[in-house]
Amino acid sequence: MIIGEQKPLDEIQGLLEDAEKVLVVGCGTCVTVCFAGGSREAQILSSSLRMSSKLNGHPQDVSDVTVQRQCEWEYLDEIEKEVAEADIILSLACGIGVQAMAKHFPEKWVVPGLNTTFLGIPVEQGIWEERCAACGDCVLGLTGGICPIARCSKSLLNGPCGGSEDGHCEIDPDIPCAWQLIYDRLTAMGREDNLLELQPPKNWQVSRDGGPRKIIREDLRLISDELES
Amino acid sequence: MSGKDNGYLVGSHLEKMLRAGHFAVTGELGPPQSADPAVIHEKAALLKGYVDAVNITDNQTAIVRMSSIGAGTLVLQDGLEPVIQMTCRDRNRLAIQADLLGAYALGLRNLLCLTGDHQIFGNHPTAKNVYDMDSLQMVQMVTDMRDKAIFQCGDEFKGQTAKFLVGAAAAPFADPTPFRPLRLAKKVKAGANFIQTQLIYDIEAFAAYMEKVRELGLHEKAYILAGVGPLKSPGMAKYMKKNVPGILVPDEVIDRMLEAGKEWAGKKAADLSPEEKKARSKAWQTEGIQVCIDLIKEIQKIEGVAGIHIMAIEWEKAVKPIVEGAGLYPRPEVN
Repeated sequence: MIIGEQKPLDEIQGLLEDAEKVLVVGCGTCVTVCFAGGSREAQILSSSLRMSSKLNGHPQDVSDVTVQRQCEWEYLDEIEKEVAEADIILSLACGIGVQAMAKHFPEKWVVPGLNTTFLGIPVEQGIWEERCAACGDCVLGLTGGICPIARCSKSLLNGPCGGSEDGHCEIDPDIPCAWQLIYDRLTAMGREDNLLELQPPKNWQVSRDGGPRKIIREDLRLISDELES
Repeated sequence: MSGKDNGYLVGSHLEKMLRAGHFAVTGELGPPQSADPAVIHEKAALLKGYVDAVNITDNQTAIVRMSSIGAGTLVLQDGLEPVIQMTCRDRNRLAIQADLLGAYALGLRNLLCLTGDHQIFGNHPTAKNVYDMDSLQMVQMVTDMRDKAIFQCGDEFKGQTAKFLVGAAAAPFADPTPFRPLRLAKKVKAGANFIQTQLIYDIEAFAAYMEKVRELGLHEKAYILAGVGPLKSPGMAKYMKKNVPGILVPDEVIDRMLEAGKEWAGKKAADLSPEEKKARSKAWQTEGIQVCIDLIKEIQKIEGVAGIHIMAIEWEKAVKPIVEGAGLYPRPEVN
């Protein structure tokens, strides 16, 4: 899922400028599960903003609402009324939700309350780790289900660099070396031969490097371009 | 290695030395954090005649320095042959190839392909890194440029190809250690002609690594140069043992360094007069050079080692006594 982290309060205050009516919009999906931008966080942040704005001498009217998913138009229709009443929208969704809000309510100024950090997993309560870089050409079938693109600091494809020590990456003792993990897994599974194959340079064109990506599934579309024209 | 024209892949001095079977000596020169050519010329003067070729580092430890190709060209003007280091950290496949065309046109013939230290260690930690390719893929790309006259995309060269003696690095003691000889095999398979290793202080461990390397026959397909470097102090030895991945420093080596400074043992730098500090540094450095010489002599006994790579960055003066002390001076002539 998408993992996010709330921005510092003073940065959020800066983004809200001197708006009188602020609507904080939570999102009920990924950022709820990672405790960054769900209904609970929207309520807490709203009250923090109310209090701090009062202390600053420019009290703001801050209310909050949470939708199931900010990244789908139909859920945004549900909050049309609340949005219409606000001067500014503080979205606690990931970057996708923020953009969806801005697109759906073009007359409103929408600002982000979170930093969208990565695609990852809660490895244990309170700890999230990155797992996927959405590179567009999955290599997990070669590497035993451990991603070297997202989890190796250098996204190496042919094994560990010289900075692997005691199972961790040289950049931080708290970051496991992805290639040590891959080595251990492939060895345990009797698939060491995967490590010996020379992997050619990766096709980054299907990653972000090829420009913003788009998928069109004609089989799923309600109206095709041909019928439309 | 396939013979071409004159029998050499590129005909560089380093290639000729290695092919002639001489125990090769390469050094290392760190370009300045400035645009001053004088620094390069001064360092080159200290190394000329004592090494067969000198590696020019590429933004070493991710700190911005004069480019390896620029500094290498200056070194070449001084009559010292450079080995250009090229990392995957700062350039994508377009930039690497373009720079290598320029490097060849400037007369550079030896190349060391590296992944590159992560930028987080350097002086621009907020920079975006590249890592479009890894070092193995770079080895394969530059080998194909030379032998197949093609660019990475498969397009053929129009005109002069860029031909380099292709080198790669090896970290024999980095984790996972059982994989290290196999990773070297991959680099050789990708086309590496010579290998320079991470610093070796533990002869026993290196001999065991070389045994695996020989079992795989890699010493017959690529020239393996063992990395050595003089220690400046016991503190440096301890630091490397503890903090630098892939470097093993046995206690005997640390003890030798401590013994050299025993006259000042237990005294903090603040307790010493400037003269005493100087004398202690001198004693440590003399022993550091001697340890290095002794290591080289041991390394020479290991089958399959084709030479040494002396890393004395910011202490280029140490190279002369090391090479002389190891009985490797004067350097043999090749034509």
